[in-house]
Amino acid sequence: MTDAMIEIDGLTKRFGPFTAVDGISFSVARGEVLGFLGPNGAGKSTTMKMITGFLSPSDGKASICGHDVVADTLAAQRQLGYLPEGAPAYGDMTPRGFLRFVAHIRRLRGAEADKAIDRAVEATELRYVLEQPIDTLSKGFRRRVGLAQSILHNPPVLIMDEPTDGLDPNQKYEVRRLINNMAAEKAIIISTHILEEVDAICTRAVIIDRGHVVADGTPAALMARSRYHNAVSLTLGENLTVAAAEALKALPGIASIEVIPRGTETTLTLFSHQQGDTSDIAGEVRLIDAVADLVREKGWEVRSLYGEPGRLDEVFRKLTRPDTHVAETPRKGEAAA
Amino acid sequence: MNELIAIFRRELAGYFATPLAFVFIVIFLFTMGAFTFYMGGYFESNQADLSIFFNFHPWLYLFLIPAISMRLWAEERRTGSIELLLSLPVPLWSAVLGKFLAAWVFSGIALLLTFPVWLTVNYLGDPDNGAVLAGYIGSFLMAGGYLAIGSCLSAITSNQVIAFVISVVVCFLFTVSGLPIVIDFFSGWAPQQVVNTIASFSFLTHSQAITQGVIDLRDFIFFATLIAAWLVACGIVVDMKKAG
Repeated sequence: MTDAMIEIDGLTKRFGPFTAVDGISFSVARGEVLGFLGPNGAGKSTTMKMITGFLSPSDGKASICGHDVVADTLAAQRQLGYLPEGAPAYGDMTPRGFLRFVAHIRRLRGAEADKAIDRAVEATELRYVLEQPIDTLSKGFRRRVGLAQSILHNPPVLIMDEPTDGLDPNQKYEVRRLINNMAAEKAIIISTHILEEVDAICTRAVIIDRGHVVADGTPAALMARSRYHNAVSLTLGENLTVAAAEALKALPGIASIEVIPRGTETTLTLFSHQQGDTSDIAGEVRLIDAVADLVREKGWEVRSLYGEPGRLDEVFRKLTRPDTHVAETPRKGEAAA
Repeated sequence: MNELIAIFRRELAGYFATPLAFVFIVIFLFTMGAFTFYMGGYFESNQADLSIFFNFHPWLYLFLIPAISMRLWAEERRTGSIELLLSLPVPLWSAVLGKFLAAWVFSGIALLLTFPVWLTVNYLGDPDNGAVLAGYIGSFLMAGGYLAIGSCLSAITSNQVIAFVISVVVCFLFTVSGLPIVIDFFSGWAPQQVVNTIASFSFLTHSQAITQGVIDLRDFIFFATLIAAWLVACGIVVDMKKAG
């Protein structure tokens, strides 16, 4: 990839005998929003700290716009906006003072600095708290101060460690919109625990576990690894009768059915034999069509009917849980009960 | 240079954004006055100079300067803002120097606010104001020495209390290294050369002449070298922490 703006090759970090990040490699091109996923302690933050020059790698290389972060740290950092985990800032300063400080360091002066600050303040909607000490701001505002700082100099590369952590749904929406608006002209890495976010803003996702990359692909490709991929979800507005279940089971191509009663509704997940790509089975009747026909024929009251694209949380668990194959074993406590 | 100025300004403003500056300056001035006029018997001495005043400076600095320096790096590490600072395009030396200079200027401001003592001595008698100026310069240099030590020790921990205690101990050793408490420990077994070297690190010895109003180039070089050495050490510590 020639237009890769972030390049990471065999990046490794050891803390004493513990290897936090073990030979991670990937690259991010302009226009890509890379979702960086993994359980707590998988090495997400450590990787980001190495890319941004805060930690030095034990091994491997990372470069920003062609500048090596170890050999040419300052040049790399000039191309970079970074929101560290928890959005730290100088609490005794006001957002305006803080952004001025960062602008000064970023060598923005006079009118140019004012313009940059206005733009960042606008994008993060900080106007009404500009003169309050950062320490007195709510978590959401503090996060936005961190965001404003990271985009102040309109950097070609953005790295954000959990940018929406602790925000309410409205604020999350705003931050995602902000990232989406910038996405076309930048290379962005965001780490997150919120899987819906990956689907909402990321063009690509990398999952790491215990310092290793365990998956790297588009959200759709990752979801295709889910056992729910191409399954059909049907919610009926009545308690399911045995007869209805039998009728569904008799549909061609059904492998199994999961039934979850919820109040007066029943949700059924129908798994087809075809777990792969639906495009190969164009000749056959798609399962969802068959189900729709059956529903119409029987006159059931349908609350929802949709084909599942796959579930990221399930893929995430499958890839990052070390005990995938013994998942059925009862955990401590449950065994005693 | 640009980054240094930005950091210097931020740090200096930081002292005044919190009650820290106010508390520090009030306590500094109060203890300075109390020591000089009561414990030092300034009026009873009947001398129109400030040597009694300056004689107390090393001992006051011993506790008050680590109180300024302890936060320099430890607080950044505790709040996580160090991650922000070190991921901004800031050369390490300008961060180290900018923080140190801000603290030094702050201690200089506190020192300048002792000017009523100077007014008093001029009102009461006819002192050698050149000697008074030399005393102030010497005191300022000494404050820089303590600050450089404190700055480096603040970088090794994220706990300000630890930074304070270690700084006080190390500053104390530097202060008294010319006195029997330290010299006697070494003189029994160490070669005379070593003992002399240790004794030569004493802040007291180097500030003695200055408080008398004599600025010896050697004393000046001593403090300049000491500050430079501890700041380089501070940079090395900060850089080493990057390795985890």
